[in-house]
Amino acid sequence: MLTGKNELAQDMSKTLFDKIWDSHVVKHVDDGPDILYIDRHFIHEVTSPQAFNGLRNRGIRVARPDKTVATADHNVPTKDQHLPIRDELSRTQVNKLIENCEEFGVELYGLNHPFQGIVHVIGPELGITQPGMTIVCGDSHTSTHGAFGAIAFGIGTSEVEQVFATQCILQPKPKTMKIEINGELGKGVLSKDIILYIISKISTSGGNGYFVEYSGSTIRSLSMEARMTICNMSIEMGARGGLIAPDEVTFEYIQGKEFAPIGVELENKIANWRHLTTDQDARFDKVYEFKAEDIEPMITYGTNPAMGIGISDRIPNGSVRASEAESFKKSLHYMGLEPDSSLLGKKVNYVFIGSCTNSRIEDLRLVAELVKGKSKADDINVMIIPGSKQVEKQAIEEGLDKIFQEAGFELRQPGCSACLGMNEDKVPSGEFCVSTSNRNFEGRQGPGARTLLASPLTAAATALNGYITDVRELI
Amino acid sequence: MKKFNILTSTCVPLPIENIDTDQIIPARFLKATTRDGFGENLFRDWRYSGGENPVEDFVLNTAKYSGKILVAGRNFGCGSSREHAAWAIADFGFNAVVSSFFADIFKNNALNNGLLPVQVSESFLDQLFDAIEKNPSINVRIDLPKQIIEIEELNLRERFDINTYKKHCMINGLDDIDYLRENKKEIEEFEKQL
Repeated sequence: MLTGKNELAQDMSKTLFDKIWDSHVVKHVDDGPDILYIDRHFIHEVTSPQAFNGLRNRGIRVARPDKTVATADHNVPTKDQHLPIRDELSRTQVNKLIENCEEFGVELYGLNHPFQGIVHVIGPELGITQPGMTIVCGDSHTSTHGAFGAIAFGIGTSEVEQVFATQCILQPKPKTMKIEINGELGKGVLSKDIILYIISKISTSGGNGYFVEYSGSTIRSLSMEARMTICNMSIEMGARGGLIAPDEVTFEYIQGKEFAPIGVELENKIANWRHLTTDQDARFDKVYEFKAEDIEPMITYGTNPAMGIGISDRIPNGSVRASEAESFKKSLHYMGLEPDSSLLGKKVNYVFIGSCTNSRIEDLRLVAELVKGKSKADDINVMIIPGSKQVEKQAIEEGLDKIFQEAGFELRQPGCSACLGMNEDKVPSGEFCVSTSNRNFEGRQGPGARTLLASPLTAAATALNGYITDVRELI
Repeated sequence: MKKFNILTSTCVPLPIENIDTDQIIPARFLKATTRDGFGENLFRDWRYSGGENPVEDFVLNTAKYSGKILVAGRNFGCGSSREHAAWAIADFGFNAVVSSFFADIFKNNALNNGLLPVQVSESFLDQLFDAIEKNPSINVRIDLPKQIIEIEELNLRERFDINTYKKHCMINGLDDIDYLRENKKEIEEFEKQL
């Protein structure tokens, strides 16, 4: 899916985003949205049923079921998945997905299927997500797939129906933003800390209207899974998505995955994927640069993901923008926190390790390494939700489940779980939860729940001590 | 899709910034498989405390404010892509949302459901909040063909932007799928060269 030679010769300086976007435009209309062709469409039980109804009302089929993949993740229990779902509405919704996929010929990795899991975990781990693709899903964290050098973004249900009906979507082309991070990460600092740091600098709306490319030596040094964590949270600064140019790390990751190309086909693909880079003199509409050395383990204190601080910092005394003052006050009031105070040492009763941001095998390994031979604090509830059946299986094969069990961490079954509190995994009202998920909005983890976003290491360290802990003291 | 042309209505003010779609409709109310009935749970956790008791001073619970226009603080609709947020606002009875800044996905979702997002300047938004607070029964007029939002009795007006194609769809009640399907041939040609 590369641009043709002529086009490249005429316009030598293109960003990676422009190259992929332009090569997928079916029709361009001035001052209108482009008709963009979609290579992969992921769907799940919550944002698809109304789109299937729409097809039925119009009397049409899914145009390309072969490019559509379904899973059940948002609204599934994380215990006893072999039993019928207890909650009636949830059961109906998950069954509806099964019926819809059967009727419209869509491949479904539903509950108890060995490939089931959080949609943004399974796409990459099955090799369905590949460089140069356009990928959409009715979920804002679709940006995760951008880690492979793909244009991936979240869409609404009307747009899900568009893609079902035509394999295309009408989209205005976003502007481009480059975020470059150079240097070496400090001890105990993970990619989650990088992205929380970036969002705290750019604000929750600073990326609105942009598609981000992450680059720089720090990004290059990261594993694929760590890169996914970064791209995953692009939406939390308002950006449509974020991508990273593919490299050897990417190609290595894809090889051998279930649906990855093999043999000569793979070689040819990799040869093409090597061209997926931003040209040296390409211009971005906006550029930010950060130093890895400035980033320490991060934690949020407020009710949007931009309200984050280095773990040794104090909560700010007021907002940057005057008009945000009321929202800032409301936010701290909801959280029950004081300006100018430190979060270190604060007692916490819940820790959630999971979500499309941090539920992959590397996340679980990092946690296991830290807690091996240790025990959680007495009063704390610790839940680990693997991102997929494959992650769960791998964790058990590596004996991580035993380490978690000995530490008092409860390893459950795959799903979105307490990231959004749609199933019964919720944090009680007024309780603090250090969470590896992506959103700390009011009530996100349950009505009245107080979420503090952090990395898997910070979450695990907090679980061991029972209070918010700087993980660097434990390693 | 519902058509939108000119709307004159009183407003409901919500002067809070960064209102995310989890506030507009919490995830636990996303279990339905149709588009109807989400208005009942619009701003559920701000409207009710403990899940059931109405919060008396919340704008949707006071008799003081009513109308078909929701006026909200900057960066409205950020977070989750759930279209249920737009459905809930429309189902509650709003036809337009005014803010100084909309999150991208929410804006698309609103436009795809005949709910007009009107983006105005910070200063105009402040004036609007002031005017509504001083006189909750003041009428705001939104003229989509002319792309003007105004309070005639205060001689206050501003032009707003909207994509030409989306404006055409809103005024005529057309949806994107009709348009996309008209381009079937181009799409098939494109697929051949993949």
